[in-house]
Amino acid sequence: MKYFALVGGLAFTTFLIVQQFGGFCGLMLLTTSTIRAIGAEIWVMDENGLQANEVIPMRDIEVQRVRSVPGVAWAVPLYWGVVEAQLENGSTLRLQLVGLDSSSLTGHPERMLEGSLQSLWQPDAVILDQVGVEVFAKKGVDLRIGTTFEVNDRQFRVVGLSRTARSFLGNPYAFTTYNRALDALPGQRKLLSFVLAKGAPGQDPSEVAQRISRLPGLRAMTREEFSRSTMEWFFQNTGIPLAFGVVVVMGLIVGLAVTGLIFLMFVNDNLRYLAAMKAMGAGFPALATMIGFQAFIAGVVGYGLGLGLAALYASAVVPREVPAFFLPWQVPIVVAGLVAAVCIASALGSLWRLAKLEAGMVFK
Amino acid sequence: MSTPAIDCKSLCKGYMSGTTHVEVLHGLDLQAHCGEMLMIAGPSGSGKTTLLSLICGILRADSGWVSLFGTDIAEMGERSLTAFRAATVGFVFQQFQLIPTLTVLENASLPLILTGTGFGAAKHAALAMLDRLGIAHLAKRQPAMLSGGQQQRVAIARALVHEPRLLICDEPTSALDSESGAATMALLKEAALATDRCVVVVTHDARIFSFANRIATMADGRVISISTTPPSHP
Repeated sequence: MKYFALVGGLAFTTFLIVQQFGGFCGLMLLTTSTIRAIGAEIWVMDENGLQANEVIPMRDIEVQRVRSVPGVAWAVPLYWGVVEAQLENGSTLRLQLVGLDSSSLTGHPERMLEGSLQSLWQPDAVILDQVGVEVFAKKGVDLRIGTTFEVNDRQFRVVGLSRTARSFLGNPYAFTTYNRALDALPGQRKLLSFVLAKGAPGQDPSEVAQRISRLPGLRAMTREEFSRSTMEWFFQNTGIPLAFGVVVVMGLIVGLAVTGLIFLMFVNDNLRYLAAMKAMGAGFPALATMIGFQAFIAGVVGYGLGLGLAALYASAVVPREVPAFFLPWQVPIVVAGLVAAVCIASALGSLWRLAKLEAGMVFK
Repeated sequence: MSTPAIDCKSLCKGYMSGTTHVEVLHGLDLQAHCGEMLMIAGPSGSGKTTLLSLICGILRADSGWVSLFGTDIAEMGERSLTAFRAATVGFVFQQFQLIPTLTVLENASLPLILTGTGFGAAKHAALAMLDRLGIAHLAKRQPAMLSGGQQQRVAIARALVHEPRLLICDEPTSALDSESGAATMALLKEAALATDRCVVVVTHDARIFSFANRIATMADGRVISISTTPPSHP
């Protein structure tokens, strides 16, 4: 029974830590979903912009300024914002409106489930993603090609369905052309969210981005730099790392307490046998090896079970994309190290008890 | 005269009980010889357990001298004493102390494994010893599935498997009924006693005194008498 409790404690600790690490990495990855969904090489934004989910609008003229920088092959505008849409049945929902460059459709969804990308050139056309199908269904609307909705009294007609990485806020993506997107928004002087650019052949994107950043009022980053900057922003400006970190530490403490206590109970329950073995000539190293081996076996079995549970959890949530979950290969290695540390600490507690054991107690 | 198996001279041992020093053994002298079964009797608190622990080197004397087969164990370091004990001393404990998660065969193999014998050879030797004691058919059972008498036989097999020269038995019959107790003692006498081996039995059980060659009676940390049993014991 105690063995099951010990292995169960280690399995729970492993599962909790892996699940939390996976959730944290998934959430961090989700913060950069904009960058992955659009896939541009160079992102240009307002000089105060630091992350993908906080848009500081710019004037349309910035596209021309970026195009004028040496080493830039092309540059196109992108609108990126959340809008309120009204469905045919009168209900409303929020959409992540993406306005793509009308001629090149740069930043378009990579995989179409229904319809074609070129349909976006039709009047009022919009392409929604698989999340849109779920969200529209919740509002009682069967989303399909031909479905219409309005944004600020501007009508849109669905011409295609795509598969796109889920947005950070979980709103469905609505891809349309840049001008059509602006047409649906209240008139403002600054509506340009980002300028997407690409370096000319043979040009290092990072160097091109640096050149663009020398323009007053603009900041440019490569896709990788922008992803890193976005994640760093969330690290420094939100409580997400702390929230996940606290759970990981709690998991470690609970795991250490449970396994440490059960290991100590193991030793206490078997003191007479250990004393008998000590009397018969088992030295401290031999008994310590026994305890260490038990800790190792319990650790391996508990870790394996915990990792298996985490895999089951991942297989349930990853296809749904909610909650976010992503497990880099480094995480199981780090968690194995943590579980090993828990086992070693627990075994050391027991060894301390063993070191104080008097073999003579077997005669009492 | 041959070297005694056990030679204790002027043994003193005390413990701290809180802030008070309690003297358990007061200059005890005792000898036991090869081929002899020596019983140590006496009331609780007379120092039997402490004497047993000193004889087998589990405890160190405060003063005095313990020699086993001519070797002064007080001079030995902890590691060499442990190795010496593993090779020289066999134990039969009061409550058998068989490891409950191991089989009879594995329990009986333990002393050999502790002295570095390979698992295969240890199990082979243990099986031979179990066979000698008539319990080879129980080899694969767990101790909890055995009667008290059977468990004691396993404990004796474990104590003898590595051919120790000194056998220490702590109340070997206290957990047994009189019939099983007598059978155990007969077995000990038959299987354990040899010309090069000494058997020391600590007991309260007067029913088994007849098996001893000599009985040392202790009181207040001293041996107060040593008597011999009638030569016509069973």
